[in-house]
Amino acid sequence: MPVHDLTAMELRDRIAAGQVSSVEATRAVLDRIDRLDPVVGAYLSILPERALETAKEVDRKIAAGEPVGTLAGVPIAIKDVLCTSFGTTTCGSRILQNFHSPYDATVVRKLLDADAIIVGKTNMDEFAMGSSTENSGLRKTVNPWDTSRVPGGSSGGSTAAMAARMCFAALGSDTGGSIRQPASFCGVVGLKPTYGRVSRYGLVAYGSSLDQIGPIAGTVADAALLLSVIAGHDPADSTSVDEKAAPAGDYLAGLNEPVEGLKIGIASAFNAGAEPAIQKAIGEAVDDYREAGAEIVEVDMPHLDYAIAAYYVIATAEASSNLARYDGVHYGYRSENANDYIEVYTKSREEAFGKEVKRRIMLGTYALSSGYYDAYYLKALKVRNLIRGDFVRAFERCDCLMMPAAPTTAFQIGEKVDDPLKMYLADIYTVAVNLAGIPGISIPCGFDAAGLPIGLQILTPAFSEAKLLRIARMYEARTNWHTRKPVGLE
Amino acid sequence: MQQKIDAQQVRKVAKLARLDLTEAEIEEFTGQLGAILQYVEKMNELETAEVEPLAHCLPIHNVFRADQVRESLGTEKTLANAPERDGAFFKVPKILEDSSS
Amino acid sequence: MSDLTYKVIVGLEIHVQLNTRTKMFCSCALSFGEEANSRVCPVCLGLPGALPVMNRQAVEYAMLAALALDCPVAEFTKWDRKSYYYPDLPKNYQISQYDLPLGGPGSIEIPLEDGTTKKVRIRRAHLEEDAGKNVHAAGSFSQVDLNRAGTPLLEIVTEPDLNGPEQVRALAVELQRIVRYLGISEADMQKGHMRFEPNVNLVIDRAGQQFKTPIAEVKNLNSFRALERSVAYEIRRQLDDFLETGRTMQMGNKSTRGWNDVHEATVLQREKEEAHDYRYFPDPDLVPVVTTRQWLDEIRSRLCELPLQRQVRYVQAYGLSEYDAGVLTGDRSTADFFEQAVGSGGDPKRICNLLTQVGLKLANERGRDLLGLGLEPNAVATLAGMIDQGVISASAGNTILQAMVETGKKPETLAQELNLVQKSDAGELEGIVDQVLKENAAAAADVVAGGKKSQKARGFLLGQVMQKTKGQANPKVVSEILNRKLR
Ligand SMILES: [Mg+2]
Ligand SMILES: [Zn+2]
Repeated sequence: MPVHDLTAMELRDRIAAGQVSSVEATRAVLDRIDRLDPVVGAYLSILPERALETAKEVDRKIAAGEPVGTLAGVPIAIKDVLCTSFGTTTCGSRILQNFHSPYDATVVRKLLDADAIIVGKTNMDEFAMGSSTENSGLRKTVNPWDTSRVPGGSSGGSTAAMAARMCFAALGSDTGGSIRQPASFCGVVGLKPTYGRVSRYGLVAYGSSLDQIGPIAGTVADAALLLSVIAGHDPADSTSVDEKAAPAGDYLAGLNEPVEGLKIGIASAFNAGAEPAIQKAIGEAVDDYREAGAEIVEVDMPHLDYAIAAYYVIATAEASSNLARYDGVHYGYRSENANDYIEVYTKSREEAFGKEVKRRIMLGTYALSSGYYDAYYLKALKVRNLIRGDFVRAFERCDCLMMPAAPTTAFQIGEKVDDPLKMYLADIYTVAVNLAGIPGISIPCGFDAAGLPIGLQILTPAFSEAKLLRIARMYEARTNWHTRKPVGLE
Repeated sequence: MQQKIDAQQVRKVAKLARLDLTEAEIEEFTGQLGAILQYVEKMNELETAEVEPLAHCLPIHNVFRADQVRESLGTEKTLANAPERDGAFFKVPKILEDSSS
Repeated sequence: MSDLTYKVIVGLEIHVQLNTRTKMFCSCALSFGEEANSRVCPVCLGLPGALPVMNRQAVEYAMLAALALDCPVAEFTKWDRKSYYYPDLPKNYQISQYDLPLGGPGSIEIPLEDGTTKKVRIRRAHLEEDAGKNVHAAGSFSQVDLNRAGTPLLEIVTEPDLNGPEQVRALAVELQRIVRYLGISEADMQKGHMRFEPNVNLVIDRAGQQFKTPIAEVKNLNSFRALERSVAYEIRRQLDDFLETGRTMQMGNKSTRGWNDVHEATVLQREKEEAHDYRYFPDPDLVPVVTTRQWLDEIRSRLCELPLQRQVRYVQAYGLSEYDAGVLTGDRSTADFFEQAVGSGGDPKRICNLLTQVGLKLANERGRDLLGLGLEPNAVATLAGMIDQGVISASAGNTILQAMVETGKKPETLAQELNLVQKSDAGELEGIVDQVLKENAAAAADVVAGGKKSQKARGFLLGQVMQKTKGQANPKVVSEILNRKLR
């Protein structure tokens, strides 16, 4: 088996055992990037020298018998929404195209402390606003399974890199589905942890009350491995959760133990909105769980139909404020056409922000403006509470919920760009999870007639990632969807 | 059906958001934002008079930091990404009138 | 004109910088005139991805201030973002408190010129972060320094209860005294630690009809004097404007005016209150503050007697003059020193005189406070006792206090060294008195004879004794001897 086909766990163990060197694995990844990325477009920047140097150092440590971290020598890709004190941090935006962060995001620190090799920073919808990565201001990314299609978004660069095995695992961020939906489009595993589980310090904010960083991987175990490294309390993030309240743990321990007496909640009416092929694949996956001994209960989630409305108000309201700082004064792009200081703001922002970002800033500004606050923003916060209530009630009756990660498989590039509302409506299966703050995972569960991957989304209550991963692993252990690779790319 | 938002309002919002939108964008956004707002008003189907707004998902409070000094970036790093600087300062076109906190 | 009366209405918006070690939401040290942009980090520079974390000390200082201003501290408060674009505000929003302020409503008691006090209502007190500074000295462009950005600010808003420039000044002085007493701010107006923005207008009664002039908000006030003068100026200006144009308060005709220290006038900055749309909403990066009873009690225990209460007590309990009590309570360390000296057994009035006539003068000359002179309260009490017991004269007491500051020696030692101990030994003095009486028989006879010349002659004889003793005789003892001998 070629090195790049190993899972992150397998690679890590072989590096630790001296069977493969980290330099070898890093070179393999860099070679694949050289060869495949001109087509896929997953990376915004690659860091070959730095990656090889770090890999060499890890190899030396292992050879010398020095202790190494849990990801020692494993090449990882990170979404360019995460600040790094090396290279650029662009967020897929022209406004930050040349921005050099003076500090590392907490998760980046944790990866480095775990001796991971950061090979590059991946493409994304500008400021994580989008569901197709088409909104990147810097590069186009395609779906490795069909290069005429989108990889999903906004973490499309990370999921495409993972699908094309141009990394062994990756980090993404998920504000309304941006890990789970592209994971389902690209046939990989994508996990959004509970809000507060992973520090947001150094994650460029889109919707601060919704954003979470999470792993993208080839297997559930690899996702668990990555989560073990990045989870935990961070004093630099006031919204990261105290260890005492919800201890993060070793998510690999007990991963292979099936959940006894598993109760799966299904909201049939809600799931019926997906394409028939997807409904069929989800149905078969649920059947498989039933065969494994799970019980299925029908749950009523009456407010989920309102999730998109509430989400697009709250996320854009927060975004309109979070993105106010990009003004050409202290860092980032400044227009050369500005005649006064007001024009430094208006022209820099107009020239460097892409359309979707402007659209969302406009929507969010409107929702917060005087006279509209109550009708839009406040109303959305109330609806958010109702949606959370749906989950709370559902989880009284079941251990987890299962639903599609997206209503369709990967769509054609350009298919929805001119109709933002249509694009937003495609987030129906993911946004409620962010509004409620609970964890969710998408794992491969089949393919449609065109050979495009389908994702099964599993949701559990807040801070129950360990259980969520075990449930996901139960299915993965019984199926081999996750072992399929895109063909025709090589 | 009454339009949710007109070009005049879009201009006003653009001014608040410090975006120098083109006329074409104003026209485009007027239609798109109108459609989105129309959709969003679906929320009005729900009775929420008795519902508390939920701004934070987590029930945590009183997260503090001790009043202990840590090193700042220093002038050079602070200004490293500045589009324009004047000595130790960020440089901007002349500001005409002062506001206050 | 005779049928026109008016009432001055002033409310204050006050920003007080708290003197914590670090900024409100990051660990940068507060700035005291270092190189521009040297005290800035990813958080206060508003870099992408950076997040705020509350400074506990700042929150507790604000709670302390709220309690001192009689403001109930909210059980639940939160942070909101206030949006406006300005180069000194790196995130283009300010983290502040909108609908759930930390404290309020409350009140502050201010001294009036007639010796009474007045309660001024406080609408609210909340915490927020300060902006940086835009510098316009360069001419064709502006410079931005973010050292101040993120400094904790306590904003206090009063009700429009102030009815004249003197009251505005009195409130400002009183508030300065309070926050300094609490040790939560240096409150130096020149340095911008304390910034006052009065909202001024008049309610005019003319021929039985009432008119309100448009409100003017005054900015750029860097001293108590400027604050007082600007309100006085606004009163004249608004009255003139009303008489000339008849303009009255309308929706949206509030104006902003800047004080020009050189011309001693306010200058129009903004005619109409711009339609600000701050788009306040809860900051998702920060969690709420819940103040438990226990925590609040702990903060309350740090509350000290407020200066005005102390001032009143000094007048009532020690019989000090209003003026002297005001001077002693001007800052907490002086008042504490005074009370420690009184506690060591000194007479309050005597100690007051020593401190106000010599101590504070010396401190002032040396640019220090009383504690900075190195005096011990009990040594000052001893000195006061020496005066009261007639060991030294009052003027010798002043000389000794100065010498104590200069040499650090004890008052008893200095009295000896400087030869300032009064001769109170009746036996020794009696001899001198006898000699004086012998040499001035005529004067002695005048005293004995009584009548017109008696008083003057007695004074003359006393003077002669003092001269012979080079001023060291205790005049009280000499008087007694004279009385006895000339009966
Ligand atoms: Mg304020
Ligand atoms: Zn700072």
